[in-house]
Amino acid sequence: MTGVENLWSYLSTTPLLWLTATLLAYLAADALARRLSNPPWANTVLMSVLLIAPVLWFTQTTYATYFEGAQFIHFLLGPATVALALPLWDNRETIRNSVAPILLALLVGSVVAAGSAILMARAFDLPTEVILSLAPKSTTAPVALGVSEAIGGLPTLTAVLVILTGIIGAIIVTPLMNVLNIQDWRARGFAVGVAAHGIGTARAFQVNPVAGAYAGIAMALNALLTSLTVPFLVKWLI
Amino acid sequence: MLPTLGLLLSCQLIGEVAVRALGLPVPGPVLAFSLLILLLWVWPALADKLRPTVGVILANLSLMFVPAGVGVIGNLDVLSEDWLVLLFILVVSTLLAMLAAVFTFIGVGRLTRNRIT
Repeated sequence: MTGVENLWSYLSTTPLLWLTATLLAYLAADALARRLSNPPWANTVLMSVLLIAPVLWFTQTTYATYFEGAQFIHFLLGPATVALALPLWDNRETIRNSVAPILLALLVGSVVAAGSAILMARAFDLPTEVILSLAPKSTTAPVALGVSEAIGGLPTLTAVLVILTGIIGAIIVTPLMNVLNIQDWRARGFAVGVAAHGIGTARAFQVNPVAGAYAGIAMALNALLTSLTVPFLVKWLI
Repeated sequence: MLPTLGLLLSCQLIGEVAVRALGLPVPGPVLAFSLLILLLWVWPALADKLRPTVGVILANLSLMFVPAGVGVIGNLDVLSEDWLVLLFILVVSTLLAMLAAVFTFIGVGRLTRNRIT
């Protein structure tokens, strides 16, 4: 074995390489986004993924091997979700005054997110299991996977659709709200949290702390609501 | 930093255990999020102690989605020949959901404010 092969066989057996690669790709993507002053199209998740994917392909690394390192970062999604309690607490005064808008926007946003996807998928004659996998796409991944499985969808397809929805929402929210001239950060944040879960929430925090707090509330409430509404909508619309 | 991480993980642990023990249809971290709000309500001084570390975590929320995002690239073939239609549906549906939510939020906000004043 040559020196390079020796080194590679060492690196490919420890989580160090892909953990470091994920962090560095993110730092590079984040630095670039900041330098461009966070334009909507320079999505940090998307740019990080586009930096890592070719490296995995070039080194013929499987996702399972990559994930052995990246799992430590993936794991932080849990504590990060818990941490969303603090911005909610910090904004409790304004939240107390907007309970009615929050609950109704949650219900309408959640139903439109799933209902419009189901109806369009039907109009395009997609297979039923694809429609079922698509229905919970706007909620946070663990809930979406659970719902998808329960109603007969394909969890792997749902996982892909959930992440894509998050990235799409994070990219279109700022231009959309600017075009509509909506300046209420609570409404802007809430909308992206309902439609595009955590990745949308990450974008909201990048833009404005109040928007971030409301996106976090929307994401958490939609996680609770989706497991109730989607099975019902699926029965009704398919 | 470490006490905050300890608290966040403890909440998550309690959340995960409770969800499994009671068979609740929510993810553990979402229940844990409610638990932390309850803790802040009981002990408001906690907020300032959590703020520095939580600030760093929430400012870098995107980082935590990168591993799942990389997984999407590897699984893009599940979209099969429907990929363009699916992409179209995702864009339109996300757009509609945001429009519906933002106008409901603002509309209901105006209505309820008018009733009070």
